[in-house]
Amino acid sequence: MSTTYYSRSHEYVKVADGIATIGITTYAQSQLGDIVFVELPETRRGFKRGDEAAVVESVKAASEVYAPLTGETTEANESLIDNPALANEDPEGDGWFFKMSLDNEGELKDLMDAETYQTFVKETS
Amino acid sequence: MTDKTPKNTSSKQSSANEDTEVASETEPLKTPFYDLHVQEGGRLVDFAGYLMPIQYELGIKQEHLYCREHVGLFDVSHMGQAELVAKDYETAARALETIVPGDVLKLKEGRMRYSVLLNEAGGIEDDLMITRRVLADGSSVVGLVVNASRKSHDYDYINQQLAEFDVSVQPQDDRALLALQGPEAEKIISIWCGDAVGMPYMSEIETTFFDVPCRVARCGYTGEDGFEISMATADAVRISTMLMSYPEMQLIGLGARDSLRLEAGFCLYGHDITAETSPIEADLSWIIGKRRRDNGGFLGEGRILKELNEGPLTRRVGLMPKGASAPAREGAVLYDNDDNQIGIITSGGFGPTIGGPLAMGYVAQDYSKLGSLILVEIRGKRYEWQVTDMPFTPYRTYKAKKPTTH
Repeated sequence: MSTTYYSRSHEYVKVADGIATIGITTYAQSQLGDIVFVELPETRRGFKRGDEAAVVESVKAASEVYAPLTGETTEANESLIDNPALANEDPEGDGWFFKMSLDNEGELKDLMDAETYQTFVKETS
Repeated sequence: MTDKTPKNTSSKQSSANEDTEVASETEPLKTPFYDLHVQEGGRLVDFAGYLMPIQYELGIKQEHLYCREHVGLFDVSHMGQAELVAKDYETAARALETIVPGDVLKLKEGRMRYSVLLNEAGGIEDDLMITRRVLADGSSVVGLVVNASRKSHDYDYINQQLAEFDVSVQPQDDRALLALQGPEAEKIISIWCGDAVGMPYMSEIETTFFDVPCRVARCGYTGEDGFEISMATADAVRISTMLMSYPEMQLIGLGARDSLRLEAGFCLYGHDITAETSPIEADLSWIIGKRRRDNGGFLGEGRILKELNEGPLTRRVGLMPKGASAPAREGAVLYDNDDNQIGIITSGGFGPTIGGPLAMGYVAQDYSKLGSLILVEIRGKRYEWQVTDMPFTPYRTYKAKKPTTH
């Protein structure tokens, strides 16, 4: 059973068994357009919440993906390197970016749930 | 997730022109096709003081590919259309030749060419299209199309520089401009404008689009065959409605306009060419005809003719990665293997048709040969790239068929 949280910078965090899977939201990929390149963090790298963790490039521009939580990366989605379009096609599934440990579970309460995020997107767009 | 690169709401084009995004303090202007952009799901941005579509629902990549494979329609009404008014064509041409290095005087009736406005230091104030336009009474005038972001500057600059001649710039702000680009462009335009069929590349005619008066030029900023249609603002929607009635028509936004021109190796003003770069550095020496090389007589000729003879210190080149690389964007620094800085990227991104990153930039002369290897630094990592011939995708502009003799 997993629970999904959302950040104001349009990352999602899917938590299951103490591991967070991070990617960009469906809304984020639609705003970026065709994704042509991603740069992922190496594993076992420590991030503080808000650090730049990955880069996603569309035809037009490069954008940063931030670590929404404090923790250490446990895995990066290598299939995204060969096929960056996965982040467009299945952003909240096979198009995930990286997984990390949760060093401070308390940070989760600062993220949004799905419903709040949908409202947030409507208000900002 | 936030944009890291400067919001590049630019893409440019038209007649081999592009614009730089300019923050405007006033309300952005709308072209006559504003309602069409909205209706077609255009994502509008303030570009050079105009609300312009960066993309439509299809998205940059698919719009780009569709234009290369079929056809695309671009609103380029933000660009500056003007005429240089004088007592006759020769007076206007001789005056203009003091600030552009191309041959304007010997331009044949109805023909056009790409050129640049020069400053005293031999730098480029803007790039533009110059047409020897034939009027109804048979006389010719000099027609100009300049970048949106530069038009008020250009008009003032031309008037100032040419103050001693009896000429003046007459902006045609009551006109709109559409570009129809792609391999199917001729077939499609012929539905309403048979006169366009067989027009030579880089020529212009006065004609009608069905029954609407317009000017049609065979030129563009994509490297494909195509036309630019200039019409009175009041007639603009009549023409766009006809074009949009073609079932397979696709509007193309500024995003794809930029990736198309980049693959075609065309310069974008404010990025690849600036007031500091000379046409020789910009690898545009082909725009300087023999008579102009021999006789000079244009601003900045000291530097330009010297660079022409001796070679410039830096040169604009095309670049592609040797192996896997992140796209290099404007501002990325170029190095040699000994950590010496040897140049900079002036525009770059991802080319949907070539299917990978591509860029143009300036490198020291020693590295400008085709095949030279250089290192591009992107987010602290260096990737090996190679100087590549431009255009990155072959030109498919129109070549007139030789008349047959039977």
